[in-house]
Amino acid sequence: MPGKLKAKIVAGRHLPVMDRASDLTDAFVEVKFGNTTFKTDVFPKSLNPQWNSEWFKFEVDDEDLQDEPLQITVLDHDTYSANDAIGKVYIDIDPLLSCEAATVISGWLPIYDTIHGIRGEINVLVKVDLFNDLNRFRQSSCGVKFFCTTSIPRCYRVALVHGFVEELVVNEDPEYQWIDRIRTPRASNEARQRLISLMSGELQRKIGLKVLEMGGNAVVGYLQCFDLEGESGLVVRAIGTACTLDKLSPGTAPNTTTHTNTHTLPNTAPTSNACNSPSKDSKEPVFSEDPPHSLSGPPTPLRTLPSSSPPPFSPSKPCSRQSSSSDTDLSLTPRIGMGSGGSVGKEAGPLKTLLRQHTQSALEQREFPIFTLTCFPPGFLVHVGGVVSTRSVKLLDRIHNPVLGNTRSYKLLDWNSVAADEPETRDAWWEEIRQEIKSHAKALGCHAVVGYSESTSICEEVCILSASGTAAMLNPRFMREGCLDTGGSDHRLSRQPHPGMVGSERGEGEVSSTWLGFEDASPPSCGFVHIPYDEFNMPFPAQLTYCYHCRRQKVPDVLFTTIDLPAEAEVTGKGCLIQARLCRTKKKAQGEVNATSISNLLPFMEYELHTQLMNKLKLRSMNALFGLRIQISVGENMLLGLASATGVYLSALPAPGGIQIAGKTPSDLSYDQHISTMQKRIDDTIAKNKELYNIHPPKLFTLDPEAFTGLNTECIEEVVGSPIPDRQRSSRLFRSTSESSDELSELDLSHGKKDAFVLEIDDTDAVEDIQSLLTDAPIPAGFYSCNTEVMPGIHNWTSGLQMFTSVRVYRLSNANLTNQGLNKIFTDLCENLLKSLYFKLRSMIPCCLCHLNFTVAVPEEELIQVAVTAVAMSFDKETQQAADKALTREGFVCFPGSGENEEQLQFSMELCGESTISNNQPTAKPSGVPESAMVHSSRAPSVDYGSFADRCSTWLELLRLKAHTIRRGSVKTSRRTQLLAHSVSSSERCSPLPEGRSRSLRSTRSLPCGAPVTVVKMTPLSFLPGTRIVKYLGIINMFFIRETTSLREEGGVSGFLHSFIAEVFAMVRAHVAALGGNALVSYSMKECVFMENPNKNQAQCLINVSGDAVIFIRESDQEAIPPLLTSRQTSSTGADGTT
Amino acid sequence: MSVELDVFVVNTTIMDEEVYQLWLDGYTGLGHNINQLTHIDILDTVIHQSYESCYLSAPSSVNDAVKVRMEGGVLEGCEASAEVLHSDTMDQYRTFQMCERLLHSPVKLANQLLFQIPPHRQVMLIERYYAFDSVFVREVLGKKLSKGTKKDLDDVSAKTGVTLKSCRRQFDNFKRVFKVVEELKGPLVENIRQHFLLSDKLARDYAAIVFFANNRFETGKKKLHYLTFQDFAFCAGQLISNWTVGALDNMVEDMDVDLEKEFLQDLKELKILITDRDLLDQHKSLVCTALRGKTKAFNEMEANFKNLSRGLVNIAAKLTNTKEVRDFFIDLVEKFIEPCRSDKWTAGDMRLYLTHYTNSAHVLDTFKHQVVWDRYMGVIKSCILKMYHD
Repeated sequence: MPGKLKAKIVAGRHLPVMDRASDLTDAFVEVKFGNTTFKTDVFPKSLNPQWNSEWFKFEVDDEDLQDEPLQITVLDHDTYSANDAIGKVYIDIDPLLSCEAATVISGWLPIYDTIHGIRGEINVLVKVDLFNDLNRFRQSSCGVKFFCTTSIPRCYRVALVHGFVEELVVNEDPEYQWIDRIRTPRASNEARQRLISLMSGELQRKIGLKVLEMGGNAVVGYLQCFDLEGESGLVVRAIGTACTLDKLSPGTAPNTTTHTNTHTLPNTAPTSNACNSPSKDSKEPVFSEDPPHSLSGPPTPLRTLPSSSPPPFSPSKPCSRQSSSSDTDLSLTPRIGMGSGGSVGKEAGPLKTLLRQHTQSALEQREFPIFTLTCFPPGFLVHVGGVVSTRSVKLLDRIHNPVLGNTRSYKLLDWNSVAADEPETRDAWWEEIRQEIKSHAKALGCHAVVGYSESTSICEEVCILSASGTAAMLNPRFMREGCLDTGGSDHRLSRQPHPGMVGSERGEGEVSSTWLGFEDASPPSCGFVHIPYDEFNMPFPAQLTYCYHCRRQKVPDVLFTTIDLPAEAEVTGKGCLIQARLCRTKKKAQGEVNATSISNLLPFMEYELHTQLMNKLKLRSMNALFGLRIQISVGENMLLGLASATGVYLSALPAPGGIQIAGKTPSDLSYDQHISTMQKRIDDTIAKNKELYNIHPPKLFTLDPEAFTGLNTECIEEVVGSPIPDRQRSSRLFRSTSESSDELSELDLSHGKKDAFVLEIDDTDAVEDIQSLLTDAPIPAGFYSCNTEVMPGIHNWTSGLQMFTSVRVYRLSNANLTNQGLNKIFTDLCENLLKSLYFKLRSMIPCCLCHLNFTVAVPEEELIQVAVTAVAMSFDKETQQAADKALTREGFVCFPGSGENEEQLQFSMELCGESTISNNQPTAKPSGVPESAMVHSSRAPSVDYGSFADRCSTWLELLRLKAHTIRRGSVKTSRRTQLLAHSVSSSERCSPLPEGRSRSLRSTRSLPCGAPVTVVKMTPLSFLPGTRIVKYLGIINMFFIRETTSLREEGGVSGFLHSFIAEVFAMVRAHVAALGGNALVSYSMKECVFMENPNKNQAQCLINVSGDAVIFIRESDQEAIPPLLTSRQTSSTGADGTT
Repeated sequence: MSVELDVFVVNTTIMDEEVYQLWLDGYTGLGHNINQLTHIDILDTVIHQSYESCYLSAPSSVNDAVKVRMEGGVLEGCEASAEVLHSDTMDQYRTFQMCERLLHSPVKLANQLLFQIPPHRQVMLIERYYAFDSVFVREVLGKKLSKGTKKDLDDVSAKTGVTLKSCRRQFDNFKRVFKVVEELKGPLVENIRQHFLLSDKLARDYAAIVFFANNRFETGKKKLHYLTFQDFAFCAGQLISNWTVGALDNMVEDMDVDLEKEFLQDLKELKILITDRDLLDQHKSLVCTALRGKTKAFNEMEANFKNLSRGLVNIAAKLTNTKEVRDFFIDLVEKFIEPCRSDKWTAGDMRLYLTHYTNSAHVLDTFKHQVVWDRYMGVIKSCILKMYHD
């Protein structure tokens, strides 16, 4: 079915001089879509041409609309010779195909040339008229929304999670075609850019089709990757999670202001009686302000779940035991000799899985119960088992390759028809891997994998495929048709206490009963850490204790996950980035030998990385890792391993023991001395870290008899001291080489009754470990870092934010380095990079580097490339302390996680209470006091450049306000909030308009007024602090190649890459702005391949970036949006006051 | 192990003002491909030879900048090493180098897409880029902004202590502004402000520089050395707003850069004040009457009146000749300021004298050129008052 694509070329500016004689340019534009091309007139002798063309109309299939980019070429007209190309713009039409995304692309876009970079800008207008196709057999999937964000997008509500979708397409790489020998580098680069654009489009369309088949309307956590396999081709693959999303209308939008969900109210306020009885809800101001956002009527005390809920999903014990043992068969199979066939064990996998399929769960029937999400609606995640990961080494086969010299064009479809078996090979590889992941998850007693991601590392013809995720138990409610509401009702439910049920239904170790009834919707904040597997038949050795929070369920001593910290999790202190780095040399080899040696090395690397992580975690006195990402990169003569994660202290898990150093043969005195000094250093570091990260685990002794038993049997011991073979220590990271559960079941827990993690120093590895432990430079004061979305323990972000990318390439000058030497170099390299970041961002202190994403590669022999992308977000220290203090005084248990939620809840209400009381009728309403007893402190209103003056001028006013607040017995005070309150109230005073009106007036005033260039914020996170995302405009997925033959003149490799990255940022920003957006969230730079040849003065670089274009509004403006809401609030608070 | 490549790119371009100043001051980035701290000295010379024309002026390069920053105590409080500082300096220098092209036409900076720079930072970047050293500008003020002058910049650099790189930047700025403004109609200061987005103060200074360069006023003579750039800038401002075509009518086709020909012709008529004996005596007695008893230097004033008056009127009469225009300031100093100074007039004396000297001419019956006289003396008075200091 056709759609009509319309494009209009308005003008150009800053064009380069193409005619040396006149210092001017005679520019015209070619607009191409598919095989149709239009041209504008030549605009003579100008660097700022005004074409103002007619509307060029393309009538095309919607299938093409999805696949093809609109290609705009700017040329210089030459009467006598061929026209010179100035540059191109590729426009992805996809965002225009969904009715909920953008409607028009309009704005200045940089004209890009692969040799010269950005050369001026062009102003275009693009629209699409789409006639909806209801044909069942259609090949297009217009309207399916794509999100890179790995959580439920902010202004949507998830109705249903359908599950895993994946697709891959393969093509010949134009760079390796015969024609490349005769065409110019520019032509070759453009062919490649265009091809990848086409392939991405096709991939997205195909995934969309799968989603439609499943009945979904969106893909969340869409992850697209390129494998540049060289001569064997180019693979574009993508995975994602199919969902059915409902758009929240602005009026009912929950006040999910930032990263955490306001609707989860963890049971962390034991002193607050509000959660004890629903009837008190309406009276308790602390809790009453949130419901109006999500519930239209007065709070319903108790909303029951649909009674028709199918039988709860419950994996029975025998099942999980069985699964773990059968998994053993799989995982014991060593992966050697990875040809195209894959490992032997896997063949048995799917079969067995089929045999013992759990019929009771809809989820289990899925082929891959895998989710790319890392952040979940409250209640979704029931239990988390641990990290599951799989790696597989493959040889890129050339058999499928067409004979070189084939004159076939690289048009996508042609290729597919000829080498149709090619994608299947790749498909099969990934299928194997996913099966393995699934079986690992089963071994952990889990039915699903969340936080799932896939990656590859390619060197010559060897390819390592990796996948990792977190085994988890999910709430089946979200998988069923007709299950709803992550919003209001959940919130209501989660606040209902179930004293009876909790006690009665939860037998010790009886996991199966926990998903019944209301418990579905109200997982305790500690629920996700409870073990999903069978206590008596653990898949790996771990010390179990009773949960430190609920005292009812067993929890492991340490938890590793790939997901973000769940909003409901209680964390003590702050978190920090923990990295394990490893370098292993390997002999140069070819083909199978090479693959074998790599796959032999892999398990050892994983083990060592894991040990390092564990040691560093202990050193920081933490007990859980989130966002774990292990990357193993292969080079010709070495393997690099880099594991990054965010360590936290989960209050529900036992306190980690220290690290104890033990000499095996305590022979002489000096040796002992040495050990004791080492021990002292380690102990000191641990103490220091505890202070630094504010880890002071609360000693909560509830008078729960069961809890007491838990306490008595509490064992903080570590397994590692136990006489099980070394390799087993690493089993928490599930690999295919993990040990059998038979062995595990024999494990006697009493073996490990030591209170510390023991490092035996005789072991050279241990020495190395200790060295690396202690050489990690401390983070400078004022900085925090993490690789997750947000830092636990920090809530009051300001709007100050800075996204950055840093790339470094190191040359190893010494050819004969030992493993140890390499390790040292690699560690230093990462540490130096971090130090450098801290220094460069020092102006943002206090700040936190969030979503620190390291990518390592070995682009050439002796070269190590490290690329980092992250966002630095500053936060308000004073407010933070004030908030903490106030919370403590209020009698709340000072769990940062809970504190945050409290603050959020109070936010909007406070604003309105403050202003009304302090300005309109300062004395008339003494009864209003209780509502404003707490001043919201976090979520500073965003302040634009140069608003400081405003701030100063209102300072006196503030003091006055403050006095008011204090008089009324407020405990928490915050400069920023009052500011906000003031700015609202001041406008009220000037106008006698009702509150709602005056607010909307204010908002119109603060609308961005005709700035020359829209400021576009970019962040790898899924949110912007202090703002609310009101619209998702579509996915941005761009691929650029830049090449130079004058490397020195462009400032060397650094100059070249610096300007290229800056250009990529600029193009991304311009495209976001053209879609009407003002930010790109979930930004990631997935590929940054850099190649140089300094002797030839040449370099080439490929960059792939992606993210979600969005429109956000400042939280302060947001108040103005639903005037209805505010008035309702006022009335409700007023009513409260009188009661 | 060596760092082969090291870049740090941010979405919102942040620039350290201190490093920016170092860069502007000519602590030049080495042709940016050299990142190796250890080899920098050896490579310096090589690079210096091959890249001097493009990137370099001072061989000591970015290391200097790093050293200055270290001495400035940047590292205090940060656990960072010289290596980190070097990397940071290189990053910033690269950014500046990429920005430089845009700074050449500041209007572009506001609507370019390559760097996302907050507006107030843009203002800072432009303002600092176009700022100049008064010692340097004093050397080239009134000179032709030509290639020849540019070639002599190394002498200027040696003399003033401003790095050659910085000298070149400043010189190029002057030239760029001159070229753009030269052909434009309308008020000079306003044109500069609009095309280069400079602050009012800086735009006025540039207007002065352009004006001086255009009229080639001599400022380099030894006798003028005591005058600062600000003195000249003030005088230029006076001349621009009173003696140019645009001074009378902003809408006039012509521009602000040239003195009004007709006015200069009219000035010849003032000669009557000194050629006509009666008029000269009458003028003198009027002035003396007014001054008597009001100043200690009265006697010297009375004695020198004719000389001084001849000096000023002769300057006026000669201005039709472009060559003489160039000597305007030197003439003012030689013919008027120096005699007064040797008679130890105070600034107050000077003001008093000039006021009465100007006003008395109105009372003269036979003197018909009041308008021209006022237009001339108004400027002369304020210029002399500005220039009358040690």
